[in-house]
Amino acid sequence: MQHELTPELRTLQAEIEGHARDHGLDFFEIVYQVLDWEEINEVAAYGGYPVRYPHWRHGMQYTELSRSYAYGLSKIYEMVVNNDPTYAYLLAANHLVDQKLVMAHVCGHGDFFKHNFSFAHTNRKMMDGMANHAARVRRYMERHGEDEVERLLDRCLSIDNLIDYNAPHIKRHPSVPQTTEEPRRAPRKLRAKQYMDSYINPEAALEAEQERLDEAQRRDEHFPPHPEKDVMLFLLEHAPLKNWERDVLGIVREEAYYFAPQGRTKIMNEGWASYWHSTLMTTRILTPDEFIDYADHHSGTMAPYAGSLNPYKLGLELWRDIEERWNKGRYGAAWDECDSYQERQGWDTGEMKGRGKIFEVRRHYNDLTFIDEFLTADFVRKHGLFTYEFNPISGEYVISDRDFGAVKEKLLFQLTNFGQPWIEVTDGNFLNRGELVLGHRYEGVPLKLDFARETLENVQSLWKRPVHLETYIEDEPRLMSYDGEEHTSEKRTEG
Amino acid sequence: MVRRIERDRRRFEEIVRGRIKQDLKRHITRGELIGRKGNEIVSIPVPQIELPHFRYGRRETGGVGQGEGEIGQPIGGSQGDEGAGQAGDAPGQHIREVELTIQEMAEIMGEELELPRIQPKGSKSLTTPKNRYTGIKRAGPESLRSFKRTYKEALKRQIASGVYDPRRPRIVPVREDLRYRSYQQDPVAVANAVIVYMMDVSGSMGNEQKEIVRVESFWIDTWIRAHYDGLVTRYIIHDAQAHEVDRETFYTTRESGGTRISSAYQLATDLLAQDYPTDEWNVYLFHFSDGDNWGGGDDERCFQLLQERLLPAANLFGYGQVESRYGSGQFLHSLESHLSAENLVLSRIEDRDAILPSIKAFLGKGK
Repeated sequence: MQHELTPELRTLQAEIEGHARDHGLDFFEIVYQVLDWEEINEVAAYGGYPVRYPHWRHGMQYTELSRSYAYGLSKIYEMVVNNDPTYAYLLAANHLVDQKLVMAHVCGHGDFFKHNFSFAHTNRKMMDGMANHAARVRRYMERHGEDEVERLLDRCLSIDNLIDYNAPHIKRHPSVPQTTEEPRRAPRKLRAKQYMDSYINPEAALEAEQERLDEAQRRDEHFPPHPEKDVMLFLLEHAPLKNWERDVLGIVREEAYYFAPQGRTKIMNEGWASYWHSTLMTTRILTPDEFIDYADHHSGTMAPYAGSLNPYKLGLELWRDIEERWNKGRYGAAWDECDSYQERQGWDTGEMKGRGKIFEVRRHYNDLTFIDEFLTADFVRKHGLFTYEFNPISGEYVISDRDFGAVKEKLLFQLTNFGQPWIEVTDGNFLNRGELVLGHRYEGVPLKLDFARETLENVQSLWKRPVHLETYIEDEPRLMSYDGEEHTSEKRTEG
Repeated sequence: MVRRIERDRRRFEEIVRGRIKQDLKRHITRGELIGRKGNEIVSIPVPQIELPHFRYGRRETGGVGQGEGEIGQPIGGSQGDEGAGQAGDAPGQHIREVELTIQEMAEIMGEELELPRIQPKGSKSLTTPKNRYTGIKRAGPESLRSFKRTYKEALKRQIASGVYDPRRPRIVPVREDLRYRSYQQDPVAVANAVIVYMMDVSGSMGNEQKEIVRVESFWIDTWIRAHYDGLVTRYIIHDAQAHEVDRETFYTTRESGGTRISSAYQLATDLLAQDYPTDEWNVYLFHFSDGDNWGGGDDERCFQLLQERLLPAANLFGYGQVESRYGSGQFLHSLESHLSAENLVLSRIEDRDAILPSIKAFLGKGK
């Protein structure tokens, strides 16, 4: 199978990238591979990489992709990998107009990968990284058996969301562990002549100080001293694992950190790429006879799927909205305070700062801050956003609210910490018996219980000693425990 | 070159099959006829294998959507896992329909029950060409003109040549725009295997017994179907008299009369003689009864029909005796003591759990 671009496509690539750079997009070198549908499904199942470690879930994704392709339900249009050079894939059977669209779209992604702050700390040589991981996992499989390694992978993957998504950007605390025991801290006495001592250093003050110091020391010697959000790291450093097991856990953790920024900028990233493919295609690239096919495919990608939000669509519209607002000066105090409908409708200061603004926004925001800052009441009304919830009586999901505040709150909830519960290690030596306690910061939404139990089992199999989870069940604080044999759950008091 | 993904795909399949194998038994014992789409595909809802995570239940969280609708109106579509901007991480119920062809289904069952492959007799299966309209051509009879394709071509041409005016959209196709549906010839198998199901519907056969027959015959059907390109099924019910009926009636009828098994065997004999010459057809006969038969020499008449007409004609004759409170169960013993032939299989089905072993007994000979 020939994977190189044909001369025709190569010319096209140069042309499209030229247009993109004219508009100020900046990306690493883009390397295209032309694949047939089986190959593209394989690469897609591996998350965009030609080589990944063996695991059945890739097979599951592949099966699903091939079936839905074979039945004509879905087709992969574009796939692009955050790497330097940026790798992207084209489906060989696609029509030329589709290839153009994909190339224009990829320029957008390439620019976003290179410039958005979320990707600043990602490994830009991940193509090699993934291949290395694959080689190591295969070697372990040869040595320790497929089943054993795969079982471990299942366990590690089951906790791959227990990482600290902000960790690449923030240094929380020194990672050097305390090894020697610290003597008891004593209060510092002020210098005083002996006969003055009881005045200058009164007994009561000393005692209070001593108590404070003891408390601080207890806290510092607590293990871990601060709750650890990166549960995978904690296990990596402290769980009694064999070296190869530790390596596998490390691999899964590294890949989780690598993929996280893509999940956290999905709306922005897809919107940005869509904004640029539509801008480039309609102003520069399309020939008249391609218009209908282009419009057909563009609208296909933008269609909201049955009731739920399409990140491509939401992102694209938000980018356009921001551009328009900054072009017409619809921001700032004067705009916010104006409540005349007439005046707002005709508001246009002719600033034309839109382009500059969106380039600035694509650098400094992620989905959470993007929605928080740029989702407006007008936008929500104009695009018909709503919240939905489950109605236990009818057994259906029903539209619950169209209010701006409610929509925004729900969206932010879904984007904060990936829309996932905040779980951290609160105690690594519970009851001084080496048991592990995970704490769930409860926000009024309970965990899915059966999953929580199974995940707890997986944590236990890594930690080896009993593990506990502080959470809420039916609004009541509970301590769920698993000791390797059975699950228990008891009421706990908030401490 | 073996592609890398093959290993992962096989691995996943093994896991799913593991699940289906366990489910297979459940499906059979629950008597659930797996939803049959068209003729070729069965779809089995299999929970997608999702690794557990600490996460919220979707029902508790709800979400954000876009579109029309009043408050309180249900939102349509399946609520899959793809929520707003959360690369597959949105909470969601994962029920995945794994679609298997009947062929795959049969494979799995065959593997599970260690069934030998059937050796068909007679000539290779016959085929006849059939036209299927799947393609598009530039020339053809007007009656096959594809309006949509023609319109699209005309629209494209007009836009490309600048004739199209969006304010007055008038599309006039010219000769080059015309597109016609065209056909392809596919060989379609002509049936050369027939299954005749016979069932005692006398008063002593209750719903429970019929359910067992229904489930068992579905699986027998599935297995035999997998070995023949075409398969015909015929249904006969009998009490003191026998009738040929359709599938629906076969499973739902309940009579109250007495039982004369020979009537069914006679009808089957006639059916075969009339429609299915034995040298070309693979014939499968299955008879389900509770084993109660009238006296007065009817048993002897049955033995005679079997011996002289049915057994020589059939690849396989299966007699399944479903236990019922009212039946004496005598017929099985009589058959056992009077007849023995290589292609006669007797099986007793006490309850639903006995369905699988019974299928194995019937089909285990590879006939």
